[in-house]
Amino acid sequence: MISAQAYGENGKMKEYHYTGPVEHKFSPYAFNGGTVLAVAGEDFAIVASDTRLSEGYSIHSRDSPKCYKLTDTTVLGCSGFHGDCLTLTKIIDARLKMYKHSNNKTMTSGAIAAMLSTILYGRRFFPYYVYNIIGGLDEEGRGAVYSFDPVGSYQRDTYKAGGSASAMLQPLLDNQIGFKNMENVEEVPLTLEKAVQLVKDVFISAAERDVYTGDALEICIITKEGIREEIVPLRKD
Amino acid sequence: MPEDSTHLSGGGIHGEAFSTRLPGRGGLSPLEFYMPIAEYLTESPINFGQTSLRSAPTNLLNIDHLHPSLPSISLPPPTPFPISPSVPLPFTLSHGTTTLGFAFQGGVIAAADTRSSCSGLVACPASPKVLPIHSHLVGTTSGTSADCALWKRILARELRLYQLRHRRRLSTGGAAKLLSHMLHPFKGTELCVAATLCGWDGDDEKDEEPITDKYGNISTNQVTSSGSNNQSTSTAAAASQPLISFTTQQVVESRSRICGPRVIYVCSDGLRLKGELFSVGSGSPYAYSILDSSVYWGMSVQEATAVAREAVFRATYRDAYSGNNVDLYHVTAKGWRRRERENLKEEYYREKERERKRVAERKAEKNKEKFNV
Repeated sequence: MISAQAYGENGKMKEYHYTGPVEHKFSPYAFNGGTVLAVAGEDFAIVASDTRLSEGYSIHSRDSPKCYKLTDTTVLGCSGFHGDCLTLTKIIDARLKMYKHSNNKTMTSGAIAAMLSTILYGRRFFPYYVYNIIGGLDEEGRGAVYSFDPVGSYQRDTYKAGGSASAMLQPLLDNQIGFKNMENVEEVPLTLEKAVQLVKDVFISAAERDVYTGDALEICIITKEGIREEIVPLRKD
Repeated sequence: MPEDSTHLSGGGIHGEAFSTRLPGRGGLSPLEFYMPIAEYLTESPINFGQTSLRSAPTNLLNIDHLHPSLPSISLPPPTPFPISPSVPLPFTLSHGTTTLGFAFQGGVIAAADTRSSCSGLVACPASPKVLPIHSHLVGTTSGTSADCALWKRILARELRLYQLRHRRRLSTGGAAKLLSHMLHPFKGTELCVAATLCGWDGDDEKDEEPITDKYGNISTNQVTSSGSNNQSTSTAAAASQPLISFTTQQVVESRSRICGPRVIYVCSDGLRLKGELFSVGSGSPYAYSILDSSVYWGMSVQEATAVAREAVFRATYRDAYSGNNVDLYHVTAKGWRRRERENLKEEYYREKERERKRVAERKAEKNKEKFNV
């Protein structure tokens, strides 16, 4: 890993003009890009992510999906620093197993969300640089999305975009799913087909304008029948 | 019991180091709150208030060695202090808000906006900033949202433990002191919590009957079963409470020393202030101007609700980091009640409409004058 200091925040290259002697320090963080999105419906949830892994100006991999299946009804999407994503998912898997062995049942989505919050906060002073979004079904079978910040603050949402293109996608979702900023709209409940189509359209748009998003899109559709995966190609440039 | 000790072995790699660190669930009385043990939680002060469980049972040490596959993270010392001096973070945490709380004869009102911003981006337009802690205590949160949410949770847990051990609720003052002392080890770090605890103190509802008679207004079915948790989320105060014609401030204060409405401000710097009116956050100056002019002890519940709502609205109007909706909680002797979250967008349009009408009226008056003269 090249020292990330020359890249500044968010992986963007710092401006190149001489400001005096510069001290280079090792930064333990790197930004690996990627976008994650989750949408909750009446009886389904969708978690989608692109599969590009980048750093600075390079692409490390075109096939690195950011959705991790936790249980039969829950999928976690994490983007940010890939090293922390890997460790975090390992820790969550271990905790899920512990819970299963001592309580003889799988963790529900809400419980996983609460647990993830405490895991993230435990590292309050040296955080996991990961933007998490959990999508799944709650105990009553309704879709649930929980979005997190890197230190563990979370809440339940209907839809959320996280990662490098989140600022571009979130307003679009607000408008199409939340019907915000529109007058005289008929609020139709979201069907699965419409939601999947919307997710595909949204990622195609993100790949156009965000350099860290692209290559392929992996969609995990969670219903009571189980988790189904779909892979859609995106721009590779 | 073997199943329980598998909880405990979650993170420990070195047996002996484990016993000196985070106390585990060794003593297994059912009232003890489950505490996640994994080593990465070591530096969190979750061990505050737990009965000392540092001597881990011996079978624990055996089981540790069976889990070498867990990621080996270097074990930090068992203090809540930050490990490395300020690792520069590549992201910012959520900040910026307007929250307020004040006490009056009808209880306590706690109100806040719902915008959670992250250096210029609205991370969440609908985040709850007023969190109920227990049936008679509500806390507004300002500062980093993760810190506030987690510390409120820890406080709620400690209060619940206190209630179970001592068979009575801890007073608001006690809760504020507890929170302040829990945050003290983190003074100087980047933790940022500024909370206003708004609650109603009182041993049980029977004691409060004489007070309500003095105030003479709260509805007659006041005393239900003691300790009933009244957490209905009904809309704004049903009873239109008549104004009290009098209540000398002195009489009220002497009674309210024991029980009554309380507002206390607690900050992660270590500040703890008892008062009757607080507003916290980037939009607080704007809210203060409304509150200082309109709040008085004898106001009715409807008036108080209206003033609180107006104050938050004005603050969201002028402060960029506050906005979206208003959350309003009303705490009385019966517990807290939550008013429907209101979207302020409608209010802006109503305000414009009112302004337009006023301008039209003024014009009409001027024209009248012209003709009369």
